[in-house]
Amino acid sequence: MKKLGRQTVQFEKAPSIIGTATIVGPKEGQGRFKDYYDLILKDSIYQERSWEKAETKILKESVEMAIKNSKVPTAKIDYFIAGDLLNQIISAGFAARELGLPFLGIYGACSTIAQGAIIGAMIIDGDFGENVVAAVSSHFCTAERQFRFPLELGNQRKPTSQWTVTGAGAMVLSAKAHNPRITRATVGKVIDMGEADPNDMGTAMAPAAVDTIVRHFEDTGKTPDDYDLILTGDLGSIGKDIAEELLRQKGYDISNKYTDCGVLIFYPEQDVHAGASGCACAAVVTCGYVYKEMIRGKYNRVLLVATGALLSTTSSQQGETIPCIAHAIALENL
Amino acid sequence: MPVLTKEQQDYKKFSKSKRPKPPLLKNMTMAFVVGGTICVIGQVFLSFFIAKGLTPSQAAGPTSIIMIFFGAFLTGTGVYDKLGKYAGAGSIVPITGFANSIVSPAMEFKREGYVFGVAAKMFVVAGPVLVYGITSATIIGLIYYLLHML
Repeated sequence: MKKLGRQTVQFEKAPSIIGTATIVGPKEGQGRFKDYYDLILKDSIYQERSWEKAETKILKESVEMAIKNSKVPTAKIDYFIAGDLLNQIISAGFAARELGLPFLGIYGACSTIAQGAIIGAMIIDGDFGENVVAAVSSHFCTAERQFRFPLELGNQRKPTSQWTVTGAGAMVLSAKAHNPRITRATVGKVIDMGEADPNDMGTAMAPAAVDTIVRHFEDTGKTPDDYDLILTGDLGSIGKDIAEELLRQKGYDISNKYTDCGVLIFYPEQDVHAGASGCACAAVVTCGYVYKEMIRGKYNRVLLVATGALLSTTSSQQGETIPCIAHAIALENL
Repeated sequence: MPVLTKEQQDYKKFSKSKRPKPPLLKNMTMAFVVGGTICVIGQVFLSFFIAKGLTPSQAAGPTSIIMIFFGAFLTGTGVYDKLGKYAGAGSIVPITGFANSIVSPAMEFKREGYVFGVAAKMFVVAGPVLVYGITSATIIGLIYYLLHML
């Protein structure tokens, strides 16, 4: 049995990440991890006719680039697992149309990269394939028009609002022995603590992240000391504070090794209010900074807890509260 | 609205204490300065038309048209959203803001075509203002009419 406790799995073969790629927009390219991205776009339309086409293009190109970096022939990729934020996950579906790989489209909002990595790792550990690509994308301009307002509308953003990352991250998972590896994963439950403000996702998602982190420690018997870095997806500055405090209340002090991708991507002077968000937020940090620093040996044991808010404009307008999810994957150099 | 459990209510109280307050004084000052400036520009045009011989009620028409033009032009050139970021209500409330709320979705949804994009989505922000503006104007008009009948 590969299952630990209630929600965690331990991979016998510990699938490795043998190649990644990240593409980001110009604003992200001025941020903290500018030296870790494979491609920084000069403009976010990327010579396309619409923002949606641009997002599809960066997702497709990040996958091609990750496959190239992994040195696995494209014909040996068994599955392509991807998702994004748009209705009917069109970026993923349309990228899959170009890529011609067996495709599983998934949706976990901004937690999608962890969801994809978990499914991919399970496929490999279950011997259903040798090589799997997991990828996600998000785009500030496609997200704004779907979830919020037209770009040129002169409205003021709330201090709690977050900035959707324009970018795509892809990782090639493989049965080959290589570092880093995905050793364990905790599939999160949907947690809804009654928050209903779509301009304050960090507050809504923090309890989901906390639930998954606590569950991960309880299921595996591990402690925060077993990790060099614990990284949540896109809680932003407010959500990160809340998560830290809730964890302390539950007896886990992780403050010396805990940070959040949404807090890190942009510098404070880039004026993104509470931080970054979007599928690409956790993905470009994991596939860029974390992956490259694990190869260099700066980090050897990382727990990524990607977070997602499972709301839509319809549910918000109907007054529904925000159901949230967080999935954890343990990345380790063995 | 969904009924919240005790746990959810406690979390709401806790999270409220963590949430940063909007910088009200700064926002109000900016709204006053920018909104006031827009109104002064409007007043300059209004006074100009009156000086040219129009009555105040006649002069209101061309003044509005000019201000709407400025709002639409600055939206199209990508200036108005940057102004709105700092000015808030100061640039939303004047008629230039109304123009911005119609032109910005028209621009945004152009790629969905002129019928289902531009035309259908043009009033997605301003629509509620028009609906309730016209409705309340009609009701007030009726009340005014009825009072004069007495």
